[in-house]
Amino acid sequence: MKGWAWLERIWPSVPILSALALTSLLLLAFGTSPVVAFGAIWEGVFSTPERMLTALAFWIPLLLSAAGLLVTFQAGLWNIGIEGQFILGALGASWVALSLHLPAPLQITLEILAGIAAGALWAGVAALLKRWGVHEIFGGLALNNLAIILTNYLIAGPWQPPEGGSFRGTVPFHEDAILPLLGSTRFSPLSLVLAAFAFGLVVLALRNSAWGLRLKALGRNPRSAFLLGVSSNREALLAMLFCGALAGLGGAVRVLSWFDSLRQSISGGIGYLALLVVMLAAFRLLWVPLVAFFFAAVLNGSITLQLRTQLHSSLGDILTGVMVLFVLLFGDPLRMRGLRKARKASLSADRPKADEATSPEES
Amino acid sequence: MDSQLIAILASIMLQASPLIIAVCGETLSERAGVVNLSLDGTMLLSAMTGFVAGYLSGSLIVGFAAGAAVGAFFALIVAFGHLALRQSAVAVGFVLTLLGDSLSAFLGQDFTRLPGPKVPKLPIPILKDIPIVGPIFFNQDAMVYFALLLMAFCYWYIFKSRPGLELRSAGERPEAAFARGVPVRRLRYVYTVIGGALVGIAGAAYSLDVKIGWSEGATRGLGWIALAIVIFGGWSPLRGALGALMFGATKALATVLQRTFPEVSVVAFNALPWGLMILVLLAVSGKFTGRLIANAPPRLKRPLRQLLQVAPPAALGVELKEG
Repeated sequence: MKGWAWLERIWPSVPILSALALTSLLLLAFGTSPVVAFGAIWEGVFSTPERMLTALAFWIPLLLSAAGLLVTFQAGLWNIGIEGQFILGALGASWVALSLHLPAPLQITLEILAGIAAGALWAGVAALLKRWGVHEIFGGLALNNLAIILTNYLIAGPWQPPEGGSFRGTVPFHEDAILPLLGSTRFSPLSLVLAAFAFGLVVLALRNSAWGLRLKALGRNPRSAFLLGVSSNREALLAMLFCGALAGLGGAVRVLSWFDSLRQSISGGIGYLALLVVMLAAFRLLWVPLVAFFFAAVLNGSITLQLRTQLHSSLGDILTGVMVLFVLLFGDPLRMRGLRKARKASLSADRPKADEATSPEES
Repeated sequence: MDSQLIAILASIMLQASPLIIAVCGETLSERAGVVNLSLDGTMLLSAMTGFVAGYLSGSLIVGFAAGAAVGAFFALIVAFGHLALRQSAVAVGFVLTLLGDSLSAFLGQDFTRLPGPKVPKLPIPILKDIPIVGPIFFNQDAMVYFALLLMAFCYWYIFKSRPGLELRSAGERPEAAFARGVPVRRLRYVYTVIGGALVGIAGAAYSLDVKIGWSEGATRGLGWIALAIVIFGGWSPLRGALGALMFGATKALATVLQRTFPEVSVVAFNALPWGLMILVLLAVSGKFTGRLIANAPPRLKRPLRQLLQVAPPAALGVELKEG
């Protein structure tokens, strides 16, 4: 057994390295040197302070969404609808930005509140549908597409730029409506404060509150949670609303700092990405910010990669996707070995003869 | 019936055929107890691969085979992760959904908007001359006939054949089936992979037949529609095919309405499938329907229940506990 200890320690790096190797092969097949490609990604993120701040600006909405998902996952919910909740947050903030003109602090507060409310509203719809028997995956997915369609409708219709303009976005918001940015970057220190506060709140809620405990009970074993008096409808609704509020905040931050107007691809899949972040972090709270930053860096760097090598920027999505897949499948050596053993044991109890053929490799 | 309407119905049949194939595939895997949630990514990647393979080789068979191989491979990953490693099939399937999407965008980047081979028309003599039915069903191409035959075969296989009984037992009562000597784990592998291959064929059918060629995100969303139709279809190929046709009809109707009422925004029509998806799922699995049926006259209760309510295979997504 001792021989396994070191392997178990270094094992978590194996799926990660395998994912890197597979992506490298893909790059080679497309005639690009992996060293050049990963170098371009690295430079795209770390070569100048501005670029680092840009990666941070991408990271914040992602972190907010992932933090929300920690809550819904804890309750055993698959909140795929987070993408739509994020988009609705951006819509809510844009609505205030386009229709009011108040002094900056008041304006921004209202925008953010509108984003939070809109995100929570969309999550509430998904929760309600779930209560009526539509699984949150399908309800959420339909709501995501409806959110995208709603965005396109608003851009092409009621919120169309006065000069008729393109179908790609609204007019830029006025200056007081945009979050205060650092220098010429898209990074807003205020959004960092908000994200840190929201993430801290999630950690506190999940670790140190009775509500977190109830959610955990619900997620692990709905039946015994019910026997303990946990109302699954109520807790699921609360978890969804909480997650939707955070995703909405993320969407508001995205539209008010990364962009300066409402665009068609306002989210660009950040909600789905947040689901991957939480899965790669294996639902461990403190890993989430790190993994989210890694994702933000890879995806931002991929844009530099595309500019430099003409390769499609979806390479970054492939790298992160393969990584999550490998970690899901092979990430836990104990689990793999334990399962094997358990299965062998149960098989040998049932069918002693069938087991002999396969047993020698164990131990 | 005027010829324009018949032309629309024939095009609905063509458009719905890949969906019918995908729905049959997913119905097979879910009936055996495995959810393959990766349909959207699988269809995108197999549409891209099918087109590129067909384009490069000039052979439709190679194209469809490549699509099937991609679908089978993705399904194998889901089955392996779920059955061997006991991971959540939903998690693995979801990651594959996103991965299939980005892989199709990356690998297909040099093959967008090219003309490619198309499945040729294959009118069936005599049958095609039947009024109304002929032009709609028998003046089509091989892919449409395949979809119709597949639907009938899957229905017969699942509900009327001996191996189909074992297939259903793996999804309904795996422990009991196992005790009776049914190789549940092996069946689940086999049907998931076959189902995945069919989904891959469906993806290739889009890029080689319905909408020739490849562009990024060409079939995005259809995989999710197929998954919802499987539920609407109550895990039956016939009802699922009906759902696919209804979906095709709704889309065709939207196109017609859009032409008739150009002042209504295009957006309203784009929203139709997704709104419909929510409503239909509410209807078949919702509590409203349950209440409606409970208050219905006694004689209507049974037919209403059969018509409106569906229940998934009892052990869908549930692990087999061997011993």
